[in-house]
Amino acid sequence: MSRYRIAVHIVPRRGILDPQGKTVADALHTLGFSAVKDVHIGRHIVVDLDARDQNAAEQSTRDMCERLLANPVTEDYEIASVEAT
Amino acid sequence: MKFGIVTFPGSNCDYDAYQAVVERLGEEAVFLWHKDHDLQQSDVIVLPGGFSYGDYLRAGAIARFSPVMQDVVSFAKRGGPVLAICNGFQIACEAGLLPGALLRNANLKFVCEMVRLRVETNETLFTNRYDRGAVIRVPIAHGDGRYTADEATLDRLEGEGRVVFRYVGGPGDADEWWSPNGSMRSIAGIVNDAGNVLGLMPHPERVVDPLLGSEDGLGIFESVLARVTV
Repeated sequence: MSRYRIAVHIVPRRGILDPQGKTVADALHTLGFSAVKDVHIGRHIVVDLDARDQNAAEQSTRDMCERLLANPVTEDYEIASVEAT
Repeated sequence: MKFGIVTFPGSNCDYDAYQAVVERLGEEAVFLWHKDHDLQQSDVIVLPGGFSYGDYLRAGAIARFSPVMQDVVSFAKRGGPVLAICNGFQIACEAGLLPGALLRNANLKFVCEMVRLRVETNETLFTNRYDRGAVIRVPIAHGDGRYTADEATLDRLEGEGRVVFRYVGGPGDADEWWSPNGSMRSIAGIVNDAGNVLGLMPHPERVVDPLLGSEDGLGIFESVLARVTV
């Protein structure tokens, strides 16, 4: 077994109203960042876990996302980084 | 008839539900502790409002894993009536008892006010004591009440008569949809496909006595009482 640190990003599914993202985008425009087209706000979750290998660690993390960490109705997730620790 | 009211860590409307059942409906109610696997032979389960587990991760996401919820889900699958109010609605969606999800209010504010709801169908276990199309006054108090589902799910809910309550506008335009939280199609409450689980964001248990400014919520409890045989 090895230990891995996996970071996942969970974001509102595109097309679903994201009022926080919209509010922040408006604020950025007010600050003069007129190039900003869109902002989405989600969660960044870091999981430390033991697994046989990197594939097993990633698969386990995907299961966690589907069963708890993300809401399959409204959110998408992606594994942002994996590092052996 | 015995109502079982689940108390999660962070529930705060469990006593309101208890009062509504015991003092206004005149029926028996018991509190069900979230760690127990015991529904105490309840005939109806109430998932009350509040902030179970501090709304960590997502509202209702952790409460769904409470030991008692396994029993509540089995009870619902057997056809047992479940009244899921506010945080209870969020929990029921997370637990898969109802379709869709409840997201942060579109205006990002916690909304706490009296609203008007239209009873879209009285052909349910929970609304048979109302007239169809009746407009009732019930308070809301939530930060995550924006009902969201994909279009196919919304069409199906409407087609099957499962949209039970909608938010409607002020006096004089009661037919106009309105939404205090950005809910899709102004949906305030729905039932599952078998019709035995009602989820709604407004708080009927808070309006069961004229002293509270409205007793429009009592009909939900009376409807269940009228229909469920013990």
